[in-house]
Amino acid sequence: MNFPFLTLITFIPLVGAIVVALIPGNREREIKWFSVLVSLVPLVLSIVLWVLYVQTSGGMQFMEEAMWIPTLNAYYRMGVDGISVPLVFLTTLLTTLSLFYSAYTIKVRVKEFFALFMLLEMGMLGVFVSLDLVLFYVFWEVGLVPMFLLIGIWGQPQDRPQYSAIKFFLYTLVGSVAMLLAFIAIFLTTGTWNISEIPSLGPLAGSPALAVAAFWGIFLAFAIKVPMWPFHTWLPDAHTAAPTAGSVILAGVLLKLGGYGLIRILLPFFPALFKQFAPFIGVIALISMIYGALVSMAQWDLKRLIAYSSVSHMGYFTLGLVAAAASLSVSDPALSSRSIAMSGAVLQMFNHGIITGGLFFLVGVIYERTHTRDLKAFGGLSAKLPVYYGVMLMTGLASLGLPGLAGFISEFLVFRGAFDVIPAYAIIGIIAIVLTAAYILWKIIQYVFLGEFSEEKWSSIFDPEHWHFSLDMARFEVITMVPLLFFMVLVGVYPAPILNMINAASTAILGAL
Amino acid sequence: LTLNQFLTLLLPEVVLTVAAFVVLGLDLIWRGDQARGRWLPWIAFLGVLLTLGATILVWPMAGASGLPLALATGQGFGGEAASMMALDGLALFFKLFTVLVLAIVGLSAGEYMRTHTPFRGEFYALMLLAGLAIMLASAATNLVMIYLSIEFLSITSYVLTGYLRDDPRSIEASIKYFIYGAVTSAVMLYGFSLIYGATGTTDLAAIATALSTGSVTVRWLVFPAMIMALAGLGFKIALVPFHQWSPDAYEGAPTPVTAFLSVGPKAAGFAVLMRFLLTALPAFQVDWAAVLAGVAIVTMSLGNLVALWQTNVKRLLAYSSIAQAGYMLIGLAALAPHAESWTTGLNGLLLYLFAYLFTNLGAFAVVIAVENRTGSANIPDFAGLIRRSPFLAVTMFVFLLSLIGIPPTGGFLGKLFVFGAAIQRQMILLAVVGIVNSVVSVYYYYAIMRQMFFGEAGDAGPISITSPLKAVVAVNVLVVLGIALYAEPFIRLATESVQMLAAKF
Repeated sequence: MNFPFLTLITFIPLVGAIVVALIPGNREREIKWFSVLVSLVPLVLSIVLWVLYVQTSGGMQFMEEAMWIPTLNAYYRMGVDGISVPLVFLTTLLTTLSLFYSAYTIKVRVKEFFALFMLLEMGMLGVFVSLDLVLFYVFWEVGLVPMFLLIGIWGQPQDRPQYSAIKFFLYTLVGSVAMLLAFIAIFLTTGTWNISEIPSLGPLAGSPALAVAAFWGIFLAFAIKVPMWPFHTWLPDAHTAAPTAGSVILAGVLLKLGGYGLIRILLPFFPALFKQFAPFIGVIALISMIYGALVSMAQWDLKRLIAYSSVSHMGYFTLGLVAAAASLSVSDPALSSRSIAMSGAVLQMFNHGIITGGLFFLVGVIYERTHTRDLKAFGGLSAKLPVYYGVMLMTGLASLGLPGLAGFISEFLVFRGAFDVIPAYAIIGIIAIVLTAAYILWKIIQYVFLGEFSEEKWSSIFDPEHWHFSLDMARFEVITMVPLLFFMVLVGVYPAPILNMINAASTAILGAL
Repeated sequence: LTLNQFLTLLLPEVVLTVAAFVVLGLDLIWRGDQARGRWLPWIAFLGVLLTLGATILVWPMAGASGLPLALATGQGFGGEAASMMALDGLALFFKLFTVLVLAIVGLSAGEYMRTHTPFRGEFYALMLLAGLAIMLASAATNLVMIYLSIEFLSITSYVLTGYLRDDPRSIEASIKYFIYGAVTSAVMLYGFSLIYGATGTTDLAAIATALSTGSVTVRWLVFPAMIMALAGLGFKIALVPFHQWSPDAYEGAPTPVTAFLSVGPKAAGFAVLMRFLLTALPAFQVDWAAVLAGVAIVTMSLGNLVALWQTNVKRLLAYSSIAQAGYMLIGLAALAPHAESWTTGLNGLLLYLFAYLFTNLGAFAVVIAVENRTGSANIPDFAGLIRRSPFLAVTMFVFLLSLIGIPPTGGFLGKLFVFGAAIQRQMILLAVVGIVNSVVSVYYYYAIMRQMFFGEAGDAGPISITSPLKAVVAVNVLVVLGIALYAEPFIRLATESVQMLAAKF
């Protein structure tokens, strides 16, 4: 047995949550900093994981396997490949940053918040490392519960947090129970829950109607999570209502669970069906991209705007995946284009995590000071908050795909792949890029930072009573953003370290179909 | 069997009977002696522990195919040497089940009964007798014994429901329960008489033989008889459309009794239903599976939809338990006893029932704890529970998740098995309706969650819990999580308990 990296990464947050639950609730300082420290352990381990992952041999590594429920043939089975490693790292990084940021901004029910947040981290990490459908499903649902409470308890009262929380819960649950039925049907025909083994057994090959039902059942679960239009309506509510750190994790990691599931489960299990329905899913992707961007542009609530932008940006991911699945023979000359599209899609998930995660932190920055997110209430803040302006500008430009920053690379790869395989979709999809530039520059940058600064307007929203840090970005806010900015630049300028890893895994997955 | 062997094999029932009468007797002797009266619950608890010991003692004696309990000298109903009961896997499972129900309910009841009524000894004695009735019913292999034990269970339950004799709601609940029970059990008895008339025997196995040898000319009688039996057993389980008594009875009964009613009689009903259908009417599986599938769909849907509108937690849990019984019934409707598969439907039913035992009794223990402090069990009484008692709020949350079927809880495993059975039999509609209902159920469980975590308590004082109640809640929550995380022993228990039924099928 090798060193159980994945078990440790997954369950150290659980240990942290239990310890926090045992610390008396009035020792808030200790709870906060203990949680941040504990979350550093999985972060460091996931960096080690990244370094130790042998890219030349590819495939699943750091495998752990133990019998769990013999009657059910369910195993405790974990492993990571080039797609999961970046996502595990993204999860641990964003969790640490979120806990750090929350250590300064969460004032009520501190103990519960930090305990739940670590439980959430466990659930998310478990999904990324599970290679057994039962285990996968358990973690999938485990992550749902703490997020539900995070939105409901710490949401801003004016955003109907309880409504948003239950909406989030119900939407996700509808998808996951459909997925559960599909998993059971797959198990009944293949006799295994092993995610790496099922594709070779041709699940439900004997009953095409059931296979189609199972395909859409699983698709529904992941499409709701991604979220794709028309299953996205939980997202603006949940993102808007959640506390800053909750929004960061929702956008940064939870949406990736859906994307990861599509790549890890749906595509390998049902490649032929995926190909058959690809034109349809492609249309959904285009609608998500363009509709998401248009609705973003229409928002006057900064947080809601960014929430809708997630629908649009995750649409790029779906488009990349559709391009990757759209033609399926291995001898296909387009294989390289397809794996480019898929690598782009995975990188898009990572980039969306750091960029939109960053944008939500930045919304938190202004919201903590002014308690409003109304774009019309701001204006001319570039003079008053120059550092904030700089950071927001850079993150925004990364989001709209400016060359040299992270977003550009993944969008470029997605479109480079898609143009070769499904040119019509790619041409229509380009519209979304234009729209993104419009809402980032026009809505966020212009309305918040440019124009004339009005002292009167500012003093009517700024609330010095409740703000004890510096007016411009405080040190803890800068520290939170620095790692994210670093990755935006690194991936934008020199994406090789992460892209090589993803690309090897994408090629392997597509080659095995 | 000689008398000695007979009594040895009946040891769990004997011990439980003795314990019940010891409690009853001591209650009479110690009348008015408050100090000594405090010991009665613990004497009852000791009796339950001894019954557990006796169950473990007789466990290996049953053998793989079960042991008919017939006295060598006894004369049967029709003149032949008859066995009224059997000691087999199913009977043993429900003996264990009953012991657990009695122990958990008994320990949760302490403070509630102390504050609500001066008559305590009888309560525990009646509870033990009701437990005895469940044991007898689940072991009965003869229509006469089935009827008697079900009646025994009903009558003790009526008294327990109306135990708060100064509370009109309790009395009303009891009367309602009684009237429904009287009618349905009469209908069931009529059904039994039809079967006896058609086959000339009341022994379950002999009925099956008679029906399969073709000597019965009135086979068409079996179908109405089956429906009538379903009325009586469906009443115990609270299946739609025989469920109308349960919300009122649950709301009016003392909360510990509600907890008992939501698990004990349901289990007895399922045990008898399984044994009756599989032993006596295996040839009619197509018929009863179709009927049960229909009943399951209606039961799940109606239970859940009506639960959405409830404001009283006891009533809400009543409708929720109707729905839960609907999920369990899927296991019986979709059974495939000979399948070389992980789920035969039957083991799913038992597994579900086992998980439900700890989940529902745990939830009720929390309700009792809250009610002890607030005096009522309306949903707003749970407001801000996370502040008043984090322990109760978190454990209640786990119980509710288990009722929804979210992993890692026992309720998830139960649902996995029954839905798995449905998919295996290609009864996709049944599985889909079940799943849709699980989602609908979130909404009313959420009503409690919302109060506990998001609500602000009017009275923010901490809720203190007696240590037995605390222990019950803690043990239940651990078992509910344990069933999912360390599932193998529980799955094996459920599977082995139904093996002898499958063998007879």
